[in-house]
Amino acid sequence: MIDFSVNGKPVDLDVDPSTPLLWVIRDHLGLTGTKYGCGMAQCGACTVHIDGEAVRSCVAPVSRASGKAVITIEGLSSDLSHALQHAWIEEDVPQCGYCQSGQLMSAAVLLREKPQPTDDDIDQAMTGNICRCGTYPRIRRAIHRAAGMVAKAGAR
Amino acid sequence: MSTRHISSDRINSGSVPSERVRREVKRRDFLKFSLAASGGLVIGFYFPGIGSEASAQESVNSFMPNAFVRIGTDERVTVIVNHSEMGQGVYTSLPMLLAEELDADWSKVGFESAPVDPKYNHPAFGMQMTGGSSSVWSGLEQFRQAGAAARAMLVAAAATRWNVDPASCRTESGAVFDSSSRKLSYGQLVADAAKLTPPAHVQLKDPKTFKLIGKPIKRLDTSMKLNGQAVFGLDVKLPGMMTAVVARPPIFGATVKSFDDSKARTMPGVRKIAQVPSGVAVIADTFWQAKVARGALRVEWDEGAMRGFSTTQMMQDFRERAKSPGVSVRKEGDAPTALANATKKIQAVYEAPYLSHLMMEPLSCVVDLRQDSCEVWTGSQFQTVDRANAAKIAGLPAEKVQLHTTFLGGGFGRRANPQSDFVVEAVFVAKAIGAPSKVKVVWTREDDMQGGWYRPAFLHSIEGGIDATGNVVSWRSRSVGQSIMAGTSFEAMMQGKPYDPASVEGIDDLPYSIPNIAVESHQVNIKVPVQWLRSVGHSHTAFAVESFIDELAAVAQKDPYQFRRDLLLKQPRYLGVLDLAAQKSGWSKPLPKGMGRGIAVHFAFGSYLAHVAEVSVTDGKIKVHRMVCAVDCGQYVNPGIIAAQIEGGAIFGASAALFQELTFEDGRLQQTNFHTFPVMRMNECPEIETYIVESNEKSGGIGEPGVPCAAPAIANALFAATGKRVRRMPFRLTEAV
Repeated sequence: MIDFSVNGKPVDLDVDPSTPLLWVIRDHLGLTGTKYGCGMAQCGACTVHIDGEAVRSCVAPVSRASGKAVITIEGLSSDLSHALQHAWIEEDVPQCGYCQSGQLMSAAVLLREKPQPTDDDIDQAMTGNICRCGTYPRIRRAIHRAAGMVAKAGAR
Repeated sequence: MSTRHISSDRINSGSVPSERVRREVKRRDFLKFSLAASGGLVIGFYFPGIGSEASAQESVNSFMPNAFVRIGTDERVTVIVNHSEMGQGVYTSLPMLLAEELDADWSKVGFESAPVDPKYNHPAFGMQMTGGSSSVWSGLEQFRQAGAAARAMLVAAAATRWNVDPASCRTESGAVFDSSSRKLSYGQLVADAAKLTPPAHVQLKDPKTFKLIGKPIKRLDTSMKLNGQAVFGLDVKLPGMMTAVVARPPIFGATVKSFDDSKARTMPGVRKIAQVPSGVAVIADTFWQAKVARGALRVEWDEGAMRGFSTTQMMQDFRERAKSPGVSVRKEGDAPTALANATKKIQAVYEAPYLSHLMMEPLSCVVDLRQDSCEVWTGSQFQTVDRANAAKIAGLPAEKVQLHTTFLGGGFGRRANPQSDFVVEAVFVAKAIGAPSKVKVVWTREDDMQGGWYRPAFLHSIEGGIDATGNVVSWRSRSVGQSIMAGTSFEAMMQGKPYDPASVEGIDDLPYSIPNIAVESHQVNIKVPVQWLRSVGHSHTAFAVESFIDELAAVAQKDPYQFRRDLLLKQPRYLGVLDLAAQKSGWSKPLPKGMGRGIAVHFAFGSYLAHVAEVSVTDGKIKVHRMVCAVDCGQYVNPGIIAAQIEGGAIFGASAALFQELTFEDGRLQQTNFHTFPVMRMNECPEIETYIVESNEKSGGIGEPGVPCAAPAIANALFAATGKRVRRMPFRLTEAV
């Protein structure tokens, strides 16, 4: 049995501990917002947070989450209220949308660690997330916009 | 099986047709299009309550005046979209067209994917499909007419209620008003409107009064792509559904000789292992169990005729082939003689490799097979074909097969397969389990990349001649590569020609004023499955044509922009984008040392594009800093979506130019995943600017035309920066001369 929490809810699963966290989240827990893209930590579509750290869940065995708190795209906010979700809407970022869960989860860690990221910071944090539709310019703008929104809210 | 039985509670009205729409569509023959003698569309309508089994509640709660819109008493306007949403924005741009004529309240407008039905056939192509950058131009009339017809009926209902002349009423933001400003919302008129007779003809708006069309309206599908709610094919889950992966041949054309599943079949979760025409299917409770068990499966293959196939040898053969004349595609004047008499002559050979579509979402298909019917869920671009092929394998009439189109995690042409390979295979797997059965076939990234249906490799050999005064007098090009259409059910699109138009598109319509032109084609027969990939032939012809024009400019010692201008004086729309891109890029302004600027212009899918790229090279590594794109797609609907498509197209084209190549050795594909077939990443992405030419010309496409210019603009910029010419994609400066 493996115990951990997903989006604040306790999970208690009887599953092969070597199963990648991605497939536990998708197939066992039915949370399909986290996507499969490559299975080898090349594309970032499967990015989730484990205890606040961005992790490629396609290569992380579920045992790695044992006793920890996992946040998926469904738990980024309950009502699209995260600054990044606002900014993504304002910049009309997604095209096909398949990679965007992973993009947002990577960007969320970046923004928490660097509330005013530079372009270099964005390059560093986001280069592991591939977008085949080519939404990179909008992702960059949206991250800057979200940073501005957070700063403004903080100043109030 | 209906969508409400899908166990995931995140199926929403925006992704899979609701039970109600499906029933309505099945029962009601509500719309007939026929081309009137005038050339205008005449619409026949179905009305709830006439020859319908629809429940009273349905008639009371919603009004579905035609196949494309449903209006609810809750004021919601649902636009039923007959094209697949794969990122190009059709779930927004097509609803905009309908909502414009309906005068709907945009905040109440939603979308639904259409079920498969001839009513939803592409007006130009006669089947339900998405491709050819055609959704918006082909939907312009269809969706505007549907919205205008619905509006006319709502106005008539309100006028009757008020006992006034309909002509005295106006509509705005989801409501009808009379001359004294009495108001009835569309929701309040649903029941009355549903009883009315449809108008035979409707008046469309004067474009000057448009409120939505032409504005950068935000996409309707954004929110659900930010919280995990959007349902893609891979996300579909049915109760009791099994998941399968298939061990497919390591070489195209290889077949299963024997297999040993003694270990695999004992592994956890494995339900069945069965041979299917495409290989050996491993069927388990979950994907991971199936994948692990497949690893333990031992398959012996009859390797077949492609054993030994090598792309290195193939390109060598292409080079030889290009030395002899091909089939004539276009002939003006006498190119060989003019070439012989030219003062300066150059020849260059451009090469483009096989490419994978590499959608972010690998292929998948869910099948629910019963004795007398079948349902399929997948991200399809080819609904009519996929349903027909699924029905054939299931042994059912097409109308007994329902196909549900999910969101597509990218398509780029791969999900428009003439053989419906990924759908047919899933039906075979369901049959191997035995009806009734529910199964999802999942392709890993490696399966997807190695599964074929690539952009064919091409070689273009071009010779050009310049006279003593610097004028280009001769052009002769020979294109060598596989046909996409020959031998498929789409061979008719070749119109009996001895060459595939998709092989030479973008080179056969060379726009430059050159007096002697010969365009030739060599069609080669290689058993690598090939298919259309975003911008199809243009993805390689534009690279060859626009690189060679640059080479001619260099020989003529002219500025590449001015050189093109001089040869395009009779082509105003080419000139329009060329000038705009040059001007916005600051073409004549000097760049810092080590940087270079390149330009390219091209016409594809009804639209004109020009790109200016700025590049530098550091330690042999190419960096693209900026791309300025100008587009003339005629009358446009949503400039925000156009900009997104042009940005995405530039990145798609740049990825192919800089990184991507599929190679075969000993019949085996050498690439497996993103590490061996890279895509441009955030740190490599240039700044991209898009400028749209205001135009009253007929609408053109936008999903694909942004791709072709990227490669030649970058190649030409590299020449400007380094003096070296790259002639093979992906670009390697070590090969440049």
